[in-house]
Amino acid sequence: MASPPSRTSSAQTARSAPYNHDNPSDPPDFGTGGTVSLRWGDFLFQTSSVAAAASILVVLAALFVLLVVDSRESLVRYGIAFATSSVWDNVKEQFGALPYIYGTLVTSAVALVLAGPIAVGAALYVAEYAPAWIRTPVSFTIELLAAIPSIIYGLWGFFVLTPVMRTTVEPALQRIFGPIPVVGILFQGAPIGKDLLTGGVILAIMIVPTIMAISREVILAVPPAQREGMLALGATRWESLRHAVLPYARAGIAGAAILGLARALGETMAVTMVIGNSSRAITGSLFTPGYTMASAIANQFTEADTAIYFSAIVEVALVLLLVSIAVNIVARLLVWQIGRGDPAALGGVLV
Amino acid sequence: MTIEATDARRMGPLIPALAVPAAAWKERAASDAAIGGHAMRVESLSAWYGNHLAVHDITLDIKPRAVTAIIGPSGCGKSTLVRCLNRMHEVTPGAPRVSGRVLLDRHDIYAPGVDPVQVRRHVGMVFQKPNPFPSMSIYDNVVAGLKLTKAPSKAVLDETVERCLRQAALWDEVKDKLKQSGVSLSGGQQQRLCIARALAMAPRVLLMDEPCSALDPIATYKIEALITELKREYTIAIVTHNMQQASRVSDFTAFLLAADDRIGRLVEYGETAELFTAPKDERTEAYITGRFG
Amino acid sequence: MSSDTYAPPLAPAYPPGGRSIFEADARYQVRRGVARLMAVLVGLAALGAVAVLWIILGYVIWRGLPAINWPFFTQRPLPYGEPGGGVGPAIAGSLVLLGVASTIGVPIGLGAGIYLSEFGRGRFADAVRFCGDLVAGLPSIVVGVFIWALLVRHVIGHFSGLAGAAALAIIMVPIIVRTVEAMLRLVPHTLREAALALGVPQWRVVLSVVLPSARAGIITGVVLALARAGGETAPLLLTTLGNMFFNWNLSQPTAALPIQIYNYAVAPYDDWHTKAWGASLVLIAVIGILSVLTRLATRGKKLA
Repeated sequence: MASPPSRTSSAQTARSAPYNHDNPSDPPDFGTGGTVSLRWGDFLFQTSSVAAAASILVVLAALFVLLVVDSRESLVRYGIAFATSSVWDNVKEQFGALPYIYGTLVTSAVALVLAGPIAVGAALYVAEYAPAWIRTPVSFTIELLAAIPSIIYGLWGFFVLTPVMRTTVEPALQRIFGPIPVVGILFQGAPIGKDLLTGGVILAIMIVPTIMAISREVILAVPPAQREGMLALGATRWESLRHAVLPYARAGIAGAAILGLARALGETMAVTMVIGNSSRAITGSLFTPGYTMASAIANQFTEADTAIYFSAIVEVALVLLLVSIAVNIVARLLVWQIGRGDPAALGGVLV
Repeated sequence: MTIEATDARRMGPLIPALAVPAAAWKERAASDAAIGGHAMRVESLSAWYGNHLAVHDITLDIKPRAVTAIIGPSGCGKSTLVRCLNRMHEVTPGAPRVSGRVLLDRHDIYAPGVDPVQVRRHVGMVFQKPNPFPSMSIYDNVVAGLKLTKAPSKAVLDETVERCLRQAALWDEVKDKLKQSGVSLSGGQQQRLCIARALAMAPRVLLMDEPCSALDPIATYKIEALITELKREYTIAIVTHNMQQASRVSDFTAFLLAADDRIGRLVEYGETAELFTAPKDERTEAYITGRFG
Repeated sequence: MSSDTYAPPLAPAYPPGGRSIFEADARYQVRRGVARLMAVLVGLAALGAVAVLWIILGYVIWRGLPAINWPFFTQRPLPYGEPGGGVGPAIAGSLVLLGVASTIGVPIGLGAGIYLSEFGRGRFADAVRFCGDLVAGLPSIVVGVFIWALLVRHVIGHFSGLAGAAALAIIMVPIIVRTVEAMLRLVPHTLREAALALGVPQWRVVLSVVLPSARAGIITGVVLALARAGGETAPLLLTTLGNMFFNWNLSQPTAALPIQIYNYAVAPYDDWHTKAWGASLVLIAVIGILSVLTRLATRGKKLA
């Protein structure tokens, strides 16, 4: 973009076309009137676009400040106990969000463990294995998957996934893993279908497109010379992916996984509909109904009849905000590292 | 070169004596006759990208323990040709296809049932731009291929790393930082690391696709000196667009040219000294005297 | 060809009788097995990811289709027991909310996108990009809590359509900003310079040369943002609450399609469940059509 002074001068040159260079007594017409309106137009235009850009900063700052201000009462009254206590009782005015934090972390972890390998595998398939005529429909399908609103995942989870988990998947998991020490703890208790595990599964389905789309871009950005260098040593295609491509892309793939995690942490409706919504104590089993921070907010905001209850719910939102911002920052730093220095190239798939 | 030597003895003398060997080559061939070298023959090779014929009906020999240069103006298909010699052509995007035969010590690498992965284990390759694996140390870069194809002991790995780095004239520069990343080296060092990486596989033939095109003159000089050294033991084919380089390092030269149809054809093949001083084809003469390309 | 001057023809190619040097040893057979297994596994991963979409879509169509008829689009939800009832207010409410949200969000998103692509250098621009990404990554429920705390509990004092529209606008803005910036950057510099060289002021160059040539991409960004905002539930739940009746007053609670799906789904009546699937089918059809259209419009361009 030309800088303003040179732009103005080029405008003058263009307008003074009749100016005769050989005749010094014919001064060029600088068209002052035109220049003034040009300056004002540009000034207004630039100012309004800066204002629009600044409004993004203002909203983010206002959001943060308001959440802090409105949760002040709870922050002051409970302090660190808010994050360490498991008692959430609005009658006794005891608010400890540990079960919600626990539910959020567990469901997100389950989602990441399930979705990560599948999404990276699918990304490898699309980027490295699939013939061209399969590549486009698969990518398109997975982009559509990302466009489905979370309420529809919730509906499907509520009516289809939950019964399957209760009658088939969870009993089978209990049979297989239940007797194993340590791991078995995760699968104790009656399979009820609406629990942390089902919440994790629905989140996994929802974050596969996110992780897959970014991983695919990252894998495609690995220089072909890396693949070929490994192949030329007598490596199979898998070995060249395993030892050359994936290590090269690992920061970006980790970023993709963490962005998926960020989405899982903040997801509300789908989880709310399958997680059971219960403030029961933490047991360690995935077959426990629970809450995530987001689902707790969605379920309880109408009940916030006292100032302290309202304040506690806002504090849950504040914790969720801080966690998701931290996770997002880490993820974006990792992805940008490999994004060919052009965030916009990857930006589209992050939306 | 223990692996190579035993391999070669088991195979027996594969390479018939040359009818009219080049003087330098004859001398070496006589002294090394017990082990012999590995040779490659390209017969009526054509390669396509989809419907585009990139090189047509190439027949030439890659002589044992000698450097064969493949020269020609850009777009003449010399890179395509060399990528056909270790079946890398078929991993290129754009519906690649090959016809004809490429014999590696009389084994057709395009015979039905031959796995390209096994071919590449015997035919090493060095690329235009140095491509060490950034996630691996210098040590691991050298043995990256060996760790896949064999399960060598630590002692064998250590020995291989030192021997190959010495052969690649890199040992003295990196022996104190073998655990550092391969990309911490300069461009020329990286390229020599890539050569060491290829040597670790004990290749029968070493292909080099314009190995100096991304390097400065001093690094280029070192690589050229290295190539001259390596041909005592290895059979080398080098693609270059630099005629001086071809005349400096090679014993034999193949000149490829694409006419207006953009199909690369072999114009002339012969001893380097002869091809550069008394070319038989006028197009060769035009090229080496700088009249085009 | 002079090659035969140098060497007699080689003996016929192996194998007759000889052992091929390319024969696979035991180790390679294992490696090849692993390679084939992994090829199958990544294929299955892709198949699984694709299959989930079609299973979910299949359910929505199969369970939702029986609910679809004309009154479903026009009637308001009826109390349980009364036959009929539909999602009329929800569709109308969603359209109104999106309309208002666009009125707020599109100018801001467009302005910020223009700023980033035309003037965006230096710290301030980096901060805007960074914060835009953070806003895009905000959990939508947090946006909901923000508007709930700001408008519902303080400024307006009760649930209202306006609050919902504000929440949706916050969700739309970063998507529009990013698309507009990416699309304007695709407009060749020569086009701008040609116009500037004619003495046209920059604001007119942007408005009458740059924006029109990026029109398709900008519309795509807005449509993507609408598709995303139209499916949002959580922030609406905290701001507009939902409504069983037609309501055109933005200061009152307003119905919206996603909220209606939720309310129908969590009720214990089979008939309402069918209506929830039907409403989902409507929502998914609209979003799917928008996605396909935008994909066609931006085919071949590096975006989303």
